[in-house]
Amino acid sequence: MLEWLLHIGLKLVEVCINILPIALVISCFQVLVIRKAVVYPRKLLIGFGFVLIGIVFFLEGLDMALFPLGNLMASQLTTPDFLGNNTELTDRVWQDYYWVYLFAASLGFATALAEPTLLAIAIKVQQTSGGAIRAWGFRISVAIGVAIGLALGTFRIVTGLDLYYFIIVGYLIVIIQTFFVPKLIIALAYDSGNITTSMVTIPLVTSLGFGLAEAIPGRTPLVDGFGLIAFASLYPIITVLAYAQIAQWLGKRKHLTNT
Amino acid sequence: MLKRRFIKQLLNSLFDLAPIIVVVLIFQVLVIGKSIADVDRLITGLLFVVLGLCLFIQGIELSLLPLGESMAYDFAKKGSLFWLLGFAFCLGFSAAIAEPALIVLVEKAALSASNHHQIDSTETASAHYALGLRFTVAISVGLAILIGVLRILKGWPVYYPVFCAYAGIALITPFAPKDIIGIAYDSGSIATATITVPIVTALGVGLASAIKGRNPITDGFGLVVFASLMPMIFVMIYGIAYA
Repeated sequence: MLEWLLHIGLKLVEVCINILPIALVISCFQVLVIRKAVVYPRKLLIGFGFVLIGIVFFLEGLDMALFPLGNLMASQLTTPDFLGNNTELTDRVWQDYYWVYLFAASLGFATALAEPTLLAIAIKVQQTSGGAIRAWGFRISVAIGVAIGLALGTFRIVTGLDLYYFIIVGYLIVIIQTFFVPKLIIALAYDSGNITTSMVTIPLVTSLGFGLAEAIPGRTPLVDGFGLIAFASLYPIITVLAYAQIAQWLGKRKHLTNT
Repeated sequence: MLKRRFIKQLLNSLFDLAPIIVVVLIFQVLVIGKSIADVDRLITGLLFVVLGLCLFIQGIELSLLPLGESMAYDFAKKGSLFWLLGFAFCLGFSAAIAEPALIVLVEKAALSASNHHQIDSTETASAHYALGLRFTVAISVGLAILIGVLRILKGWPVYYPVFCAYAGIALITPFAPKDIIGIAYDSGSIATATITVPIVTALGVGLASAIKGRNPITDGFGLVVFASLMPMIFVMIYGIAYA
């Protein structure tokens, strides 16, 4: 117990050092430039205290649960036992790992759909587009994008292909799409990918990638393990832009048949 | 009132984790069909994550968010371009520095870099590498917010800076060391995970509504994506410089 308290205490000090810059910046600007008293100093201090303790518990929980969980899923889905003993480890083709892609895709889909920030934004989108873009359609297209992104990302880890090509091709698609979609949706679609990668999904997905890179012969975590998050935030842009395009096209057609 | 909000936030955090738990459980039971070892440690850890997340978000909503919003408003009203841009940079920088997910990523990157003898396997060397990485990301997020605010002020379309960043990434990647590319590509999205998104969105939307002729939706959004692209470029440059 004492040992654990000491461990938590050390972690708290570490987090304090990490948070110091933002507290300094804000107080400097407040005192030196704006020169106005803070309205609720007590609330502010309590808030900062919450942030500090919150991060300590969060990091502790990551080490205990989310990191091992990602690793565990990666290793369980790639053991010879699970894949069947017929083939040699080095003779495996990428099709053998289909459960990995399915797992990554369902994880991405479920977490994106349940993300509270995305819900708030989806409602805003529906309002500003005058109902042409539905909140549900928006959320589902983001979720599909994250699912495709993670499935492709795990596929890349399994095959060891260059991250570069997948990302550049994604960029090219985004650039082409940008010229054809309604102007209103562009900024929101761009941001939608980053909104879904939250504090909970990042550690889990990162450790999944690491676990896969460790488990699959010929891959190294440093070169192949990273990159999943980049996939998960790029591909939703493509699906949201595509959805906006389809919604616009359907709206036009409906309008034409009505008149 | 605080207590009720706390319970609500606790449920929210639990809801955040729920899809992960459901998907993992379905796969564990139906596909893998084996029991998980060390379940009690996992559950304790998950409870820690829920509690930590709940406290963290609550703290951000009490302190950083209202403060950032009111300061963004004050600076927009002040009308001084220099101070507004300076504030934008500092806000982006410090939000990225405080991001817990980024702390985790750089530690992981330093660990695997020292395991593969990219850097010395001493603790100080990897701490140095991790801190350098974090500062690189934070500076680039700050710069990105600065340019993004400038974009809102000038009324440039959102895709100009984004396309420029795409081009930059496409050009630099072939020259970057192979083992930094993955970290670089991930760092951007990770730097803009939890703290940066609400603060920066509030800043963008607030500015766009304060300035005449700007639309909060078309102009106010788009800061986050740019803030996630700049670190990709800068971390790759960091990797080139370190090699």
